[in-house]
Amino acid sequence: MPEKYHVKTSIVQPRLPRIGKFGVVDWREDCARCNNCVKKACIYDKYREESSFIRDLDEVHTLYYECMGCFSCVQNCTKNLLTMSINSEYRKLGNSYWTPQIFGTTWLEAETGKVPVSGAGYRGKFSGHGFDSMWTDMSEIVRPTRDGIHGREYISTSVDLGRKPSYLQFEGDKMNTELPPLISLPFPVIFDMPSAAHSLPVLEPYILETAKQTGLIAIVDTTKWIEIQLENKSDYLNNIAFYLNPNGPELSIDILNKTRLIEIPDGKDVEQRINAIKKDLPGIIIAVRVPLDTNASKRSEELSKIKNIEVIHLVADINGNEIGTNNPRFVKDVVREIHGLLIKNETRDEITLIAGGGVALSEHVAKALICGADLVSIDIPLLIAIECRLCESCKPGDYCSAKLDQEITLKYGAGRMTNLMGAWHWQMVELMGAMGMREARRLRGDVGRAMFKDELEEEIYGPIFKKQN
Amino acid sequence: MDQSLKNKTDLSEILPDNTLKTFVPQTKVERKVVHAPARYRNEISKYIIFRDEEKCTLCGECVKTCPKGVHVLKPGYKLFATPFSYKCNGFVCEKTDHFCIAKCPQGALQLKKNPMMEALGDARWPSDMMLATWHMAETGDILPEDSDFEYELGNSDGGFDRIRFVYPENPAKVNEDEIDLSLDLNKRNDGRPQITIDVPWYGGGMSFGSISNVTQLSKVRAAVAWNTFSCSGEGGYMERLRPYDDHMITQVATGLFGIREETIQRVPIVEFKYAQGAKPGLGGHLLGTKNTASVAKMREAVQGIPLFSPFPFHSVYSIEDHMKHIDWIKHINPRAIISTKVSTPTDVDMVAVGSYYAGTHIIHIDGGYGGTGAAPDIAKKNIAMPIDYAIPKVHNFLVAEGVRDTVILMASGGIRTYYDAAKSIALGADGVIIGTAELIALCCLRCTRCSAGRGCPRGIATTDGGLVTQISLDWGTQRLINLYNAWAIGLKDILKRLGLKSIKELRGRTDLLKHLDINA
Repeated sequence: MPEKYHVKTSIVQPRLPRIGKFGVVDWREDCARCNNCVKKACIYDKYREESSFIRDLDEVHTLYYECMGCFSCVQNCTKNLLTMSINSEYRKLGNSYWTPQIFGTTWLEAETGKVPVSGAGYRGKFSGHGFDSMWTDMSEIVRPTRDGIHGREYISTSVDLGRKPSYLQFEGDKMNTELPPLISLPFPVIFDMPSAAHSLPVLEPYILETAKQTGLIAIVDTTKWIEIQLENKSDYLNNIAFYLNPNGPELSIDILNKTRLIEIPDGKDVEQRINAIKKDLPGIIIAVRVPLDTNASKRSEELSKIKNIEVIHLVADINGNEIGTNNPRFVKDVVREIHGLLIKNETRDEITLIAGGGVALSEHVAKALICGADLVSIDIPLLIAIECRLCESCKPGDYCSAKLDQEITLKYGAGRMTNLMGAWHWQMVELMGAMGMREARRLRGDVGRAMFKDELEEEIYGPIFKKQN
Repeated sequence: MDQSLKNKTDLSEILPDNTLKTFVPQTKVERKVVHAPARYRNEISKYIIFRDEEKCTLCGECVKTCPKGVHVLKPGYKLFATPFSYKCNGFVCEKTDHFCIAKCPQGALQLKKNPMMEALGDARWPSDMMLATWHMAETGDILPEDSDFEYELGNSDGGFDRIRFVYPENPAKVNEDEIDLSLDLNKRNDGRPQITIDVPWYGGGMSFGSISNVTQLSKVRAAVAWNTFSCSGEGGYMERLRPYDDHMITQVATGLFGIREETIQRVPIVEFKYAQGAKPGLGGHLLGTKNTASVAKMREAVQGIPLFSPFPFHSVYSIEDHMKHIDWIKHINPRAIISTKVSTPTDVDMVAVGSYYAGTHIIHIDGGYGGTGAAPDIAKKNIAMPIDYAIPKVHNFLVAEGVRDTVILMASGGIRTYYDAAKSIALGADGVIIGTAELIALCCLRCTRCSAGRGCPRGIATTDGGLVTQISLDWGTQRLINLYNAWAIGLKDILKRLGLKSIKELRGRTDLLKHLDINA
């Protein structure tokens, strides 16, 4: 059994006023100053706290943003003057994929490191695009669940990167099979390079510190390595996978040798390039970064047939869509297709698939694995953890609403990102526990542990409603 | 009845000579609709009527015009009361002869849609549905035909929200008074008592701790009035529930909180809870802040400590183990019938049929989008199958297995209105179990803070001494009696329009439904 994985978390307060959903409580004129709203109605005492905030104009909005949306003040106002509405700043967060709800959840996780809990049932849409078009399974009576959260059973979220031989050969007691290098990660997440559209803040120090604290790996562009300001930089090499940027500087063998994983861009000469690297660094694992475009399935199939390919890192756009098409499929669907192709070609167990793009919430990790990925790569959630609004105006000199162009401490940045991973880990354990799974490795491609909306509609509603047509 | 026995608790006194009756006198609650307005000074309304005091000449035309009672001049007052906007029908009035805005000779009135509506409710419980439920709880009636509240469909864009009834143009003529909503809960013909409820629903399990004792008592008192049931949830059995034993379901869940032989023996239905829709596959969790002194005492636990119900029953790893549990309950309480509450995995049909063969009388499937209590958000959204799919899946499997008519299938987990109840039954359930709708009737607005700190700011899902005083038992009971009455009216209205005389005739009638995407 692997060592029990635990991410140490502690509360890291936000730097900026929280942007709550119910941000604005509007006073109309004619307030009687009866203080009913202050003294009686608000059980959270938010109004009373106003006086301490109001003196600091920079913080004046904080109070309103922490409104819990219970309407008690609105309904108990002596003169019926209060109105509640959705905070327009909340509504503006992100885009159609990175919804305000995702920001709210991520910020809570980054602050507390805890699993978000609430009452009163589910409030969202029945289903949706991408990962929201599937549900994970649960077990009962005939397939018992695993009690991972309460500590009765250990649920392992570990996964492996590297090529696994299909079988071992022995001669007497001696094993003749040469075992390829293998990396075991305690959680099926790897930190990807921040996208070009969100490159203003220098994030690498925080990401690397988070990778070190969580035992994970961060992909770092070789062009950034020299810029990174960290004490004892070499201590982080075990948690770095260098992306060998063709336009970047060549790093020394000494540095590369202290890492476990290298990523290279896909290309015609990928096989030769891998052979060249392996010649100097035989113990290192090499991932090939493949854009998740309309050619991704075919290309993955081709790569899987090359003997020395170990890891394929598929990268969709930030919203999880296929790149370069007007009618994109979602990353989960493409990964599911590729997973199936590799099974068909009998190469699936020899290749590690990393799925990147569109992974926004903890549940997306489990769902991506169910669809066939071995692990996922993330970048945007780490940015959001440090209060990025995803306004996509990351140009030097532009105003950054999250004030990421100003100095932030390592304790804050890495603390928030580590908390996020801690919360994600517990939620993964929750999902796997409900599924009755004790091994994240076994989740890969196990679509029997999920329900897909399209399939349920066809299977259950098809016979009922289609015959009426 | 020997009153002296009522405080005694051992088995022989509860079941002397196998009389199969409890000795605690049972309290009757009258099934009577009484107007029960909400308990807040300012009602939340879909529309707002503004009166320009400077223009208004107090002519009283608006009072005379509005049949809904929006404009009121109280006796002895010179000025009008602030318009009761929550009673306003809104812009549908424009086409009528009682549109106050047009009738006001001074043009002093303005009508606007309340911008607060976007902050109220959510995709599953849109503001219209919430306001409609409040209306039903207040008046005991469904909304009038001239209202524009959409509560047949929510805004979730899937499941029940994409399914509507198709009413025949010329349905068989049915007298409303003859329509039968009753449901027999024991179809096994196994010598155990027959239990008939007057309406095809009962109240879901919500523990003391997750909700207040006033809420729990209000639920069961409404159940008494309507000859149906309410469930204890997994939090013990308050002594104050004893006068309602005949309408209580004792829930036996994995934490066994407050479960004793006598709490099993008191009731006509015992429910095994394997899973719940709020957090399928994760057991139960009462946060430490809600484990107050009274809750801890009831659950025989330590105050302030989070209380977990493990998942699963660690003594049940097969249908045979499940059967052993059912036999145990049947032995302890010979007069009880058994319900088995499960959530909705991919193989919910197999679980259901296995449970039937283990001897359960009621298969209760609780879908993944339901639940009232605190739950991880990730579980609420992602784990298990929505009930909208699970009902036909289980129903059809039980039919194929040839056992459908010997077991009752109850559905829960997202049954918000009587329309949902009717759709569930048309998809194959015998009846439904409700929870959130009851809480909404008590003025819950799903702010989701039931889990936080002192608990519910509305005084419903809390055991905080200060907050629970917001609700009186009489008011809570009446609101639920009214809601039940409105649901009964609504269900009868649907059956009448379908030309059916009994709710039993609706079961499995998928031909009366259409899917708005598939049968567009």
